[in-house]
Amino acid sequence: MLQRAGDIDLVVERAGDRRGLARQVILLLALLLVAASAASLTTGASGASVWRVLTGLGRPLDAEDVTLVRDFTVVLDIRLPRLFLGILIGGGLAISGVVMQGLFRNPLADPGLVGVSSGAGLGAVGVIVLGTTVLAPLTGFLGIYALQISAFAGGLLTTLVLYRVATSHGRTAVATMLLAGIAIAALAGAVTGVLVYLADDAQLRDLTYWGLGSLSGANWTKVFASGPIIGIAIAASLFLARGLNALTLGEATANHLGVPVQRFKNAAIVIVAAATGAAVAVSGGIGFVGIVVPHLLRLVIGPDHRFLLPASALLGASFLLGADALARVIVAPAELPIGIITAAVGGPFFLWVLLRRRGQILE
Amino acid sequence: MNHAIELSRVTVRLAGRTLIDRIDLRAEAGRLTAVIGPNGSGKSTLLKAICGDLQSEGAIAINGHDLRRLKPWQAAGLRAVLPQATVLSFPFTVREVVALGASAGRPGPEARDLEWLPERALAEVDLDGFAGRMYGELSGGEQQRVQLARTLCQVWSPVLDGVPRYLLLDEPVSSLDIRHQLLIMAVARRFADAGGGVIAVLHDLNLTAMFADRVLVLGGGRAAAFGTPREVLSDGTIAQVFSCDLRVGQVPPAPMPFVLPQSARL
Repeated sequence: MLQRAGDIDLVVERAGDRRGLARQVILLLALLLVAASAASLTTGASGASVWRVLTGLGRPLDAEDVTLVRDFTVVLDIRLPRLFLGILIGGGLAISGVVMQGLFRNPLADPGLVGVSSGAGLGAVGVIVLGTTVLAPLTGFLGIYALQISAFAGGLLTTLVLYRVATSHGRTAVATMLLAGIAIAALAGAVTGVLVYLADDAQLRDLTYWGLGSLSGANWTKVFASGPIIGIAIAASLFLARGLNALTLGEATANHLGVPVQRFKNAAIVIVAAATGAAVAVSGGIGFVGIVVPHLLRLVIGPDHRFLLPASALLGASFLLGADALARVIVAPAELPIGIITAAVGGPFFLWVLLRRRGQILE
Repeated sequence: MNHAIELSRVTVRLAGRTLIDRIDLRAEAGRLTAVIGPNGSGKSTLLKAICGDLQSEGAIAINGHDLRRLKPWQAAGLRAVLPQATVLSFPFTVREVVALGASAGRPGPEARDLEWLPERALAEVDLDGFAGRMYGELSGGEQQRVQLARTLCQVWSPVLDGVPRYLLLDEPVSSLDIRHQLLIMAVARRFADAGGGVIAVLHDLNLTAMFADRVLVLGGGRAAAFGTPREVLSDGTIAQVFSCDLRVGQVPPAPMPFVLPQSARL
């Protein structure tokens, strides 16, 4: 449509203003996620055809057509829930990283690195092992959410302990934070070890399956159990953007800029624990998403959380779908635990970050 | 309306030590109030108490509102604070840092003008053309001016809806060269002349004499003197508070006192 000259807003690129760029990047990342979703839905060991499922949706299913029935099952009951979980977990882990980094004012903070995932894992293992005996009343009450909520509680507890240990007078000592994270992870690991020792054979199989970090157990129950928690955490994190921006100037200045700092930090900690806990409950330990994704994006669009948070959620989702596709393809028809892929990418990336910022990171 | 920041018997204790002791102060809108005193006399502590960073006893009111009962976002619309130094945890550009001030509190100008507020604020502090630079790569003095631009953005209109707003500046010129010291003090002066209030912790007695309307002299956490620069910057007060035998001189034309370090006898 033609516009009169006066109606056209002049778009002037101002020096130091990366908002326009950030919007374009977010648009691209949204397209990338659509592409990654399509790829994830159409590829797999079975060779089921999404097209046949789509065209068959309107018609009554012919029970005689065995391959069509199989395609329906594969696409709707295996690949689709897996796609949803991949998007939610990838997005949830990425925004957990962003929020935690903003909260601790350090680009190295990540729920996986500082022991929050270990705490969440302890909560999950506790329910798996003790859910039928000691914790039976609790798991009965919580139903399908038992795993998610206990992982959330474990994550919340570790985050609170970590914050209490590493932060005094509004300043977080990064070395203390990382070392406290190691101690917390070790402690959680020890208790987890005791629980594993107590587990029976069936529970051990569950634990192993869960602990490898994989989306392969995806089903609709898991989507309904974790999806709302992670979805709400991602949506809520977007409201933290302004406060996280202010917090980069320090806690006192954030307060001067109108942020109720203590309440804000509490909200941020709950959101991190919820997203991490729900993700860990479903997929076990998938590491490095929360470090790699935000760091790459900061290099491109800068650290403005109004854009960094949605961009990270989108890229985190695509990243996890990509890693999942790779995990399914490399050793097909078997599959690798996805945690192996993210660690193989994330480990070297983390070292690269350290090398680039050597000397200034522990300030 | 009571257009001032008022302190009544404000006391700050930390770990059993009394850092500032029963300070009374009335910093009116339209005036630049300087707080001076030797190192450790409680200047920054006093400013932190006014900002709400430190717990304090006694009453602190801003335009008649009890400061402790204002919500953070309400306070952010009434005053902006320049800290002594600010380290950023993430790589923001200069423009992005300044825009953080514009997105807080209530800058004042219409939304249309708000878009260019960071550029205008940077021009105020003589940082034209710095918008695209990375904050972390600037010198200490440049960073301090970027932070001042951010602070200015937060309360861009000194008076909004008939209500004066305040700048609280903790040693705003401490790491600046002489040209920028004068320039920044002139920015603060203009803010006060336009009806806003300024409280500035200063070290330089001559800048205090040049730019301040009122001076609070602190010594050992107590108010040693309060008044106009001419009343306060006297041989006796200065020598006593700073434990340094100095001579206060007068510049001939406008009777303005000055203090030459050359006059010291240690």
